Amino acid sequence: MEIERPYVSSELDRVEGAEIDALMAASKEPYPDPVAWLHEELQRNVLLTSTEHVIDWGKRYSVWPVPLGLACCAFEMICAAASRYDLSRFGMEVMRFSPRQADLLLVAGTLTWKMAPALRRIYDQMAEPKWVVAMGACTVSGGAFRGSYSVVPGINLIVPVDVYIPGCPPRPEGLLHGLMELHRKVLADNLIKK
Amino acid sequence: MTKPLSGSDIAQQIGDQFPDAVTDSNETAVFVRSEALLDVACFLKESLDLNYLNNITAVDYNDYFELTYLFTSLTSNHSIVIKTRCDERENPKVPSVVSLWQGADFQEREIYDLMGISFDGHPNMKRIFLWDGFQGYPLRKDFIIDVPGGGKATKQGVNDA
Repeated sequence: MEIERPYVSSELDRVEGAEIDALMAASKEPYPDPVAWLHEELQRNVLLTSTEHVIDWGKRYSVWPVPLGLACCAFEMICAAASRYDLSRFGMEVMRFSPRQADLLLVAGTLTWKMAPALRRIYDQMAEPKWVVAMGACTVSGGAFRGSYSVVPGINLIVPVDVYIPGCPPRPEGLLHGLMELHRKVLADNLIKK
Repeated sequence: MTKPLSGSDIAQQIGDQFPDAVTDSNETAVFVRSEALLDVACFLKESLDLNYLNNITAVDYNDYFELTYLFTSLTSNHSIVIKTRCDERENPKVPSVVSLWQGADFQEREIYDLMGISFDGHPNMKRIFLWDGFQGYPLRKDFIIDVPGGGKATKQGVNDA
């Protein structure tokens, strides 16, 4: 008896290719940082109510990351999570591998166009509030591979990015600094009119 | 240490069997016509006991493509390089050696994907890295990329607009 196959592999290829081409065509302009004005405004005057402050304090210390280790940066991220640098000091020891349980997308490494739809899907699956950290030169701008036929020149073409951490790869200290910058952003989050 | 066999000696052996298959030879390699590649490879596999295909690679010389095959005999501990040319640029075709060495499968697909050389007789001739619908063959010398967000890339580097 012949088993009916649920799909044909050439059809899968075609669908996958069409999805990538559509994303590529739609990703011409980088997403701007929605709160680029934030630091400047904060310096001028800050008004936070105590309730907001407590909620933000809670949010800040329980940022659960979903790691997306795409290339060598992933090892620096792993180092940052291990005992020497100890990410758990920031309430981040729980790396969630389900995007639905995470609120920080930690993209570490080179993003290719073939991977880009997966990144977008993971981002879309995360619940609000959510943040994105671009770790390493490749995620920030394509890095050494900018101008390659297969690499996305900056993940902000695919998802909005909150914190950019340059470096090739950034040291764990660099990542920690980026995450502390993110904390500052989380604290001020409620200022944004959504 | 694996002993590299002299291309000239092997060319002699091939010439005895297939008179007009060899186009050139030197100490390091034998150049054969692409139409005769499969016959020559089959003959060498038997006579020299070449049971391992190290790699296949393709080079773009603008006027023609050149494919380089490196074969090794793990039992006799010697190796040989076979090269073949493909003058066609629009629709280049070379016989596949998957029937002789299974390991050629992914390598030939990679060459097809990035260099655009199609292999006759390959069981699954389709792209391996890039997605279906990708335009062009990125490892060719005349390939130009539009970088999203501005700029054009050629083999000489990126020019940001």
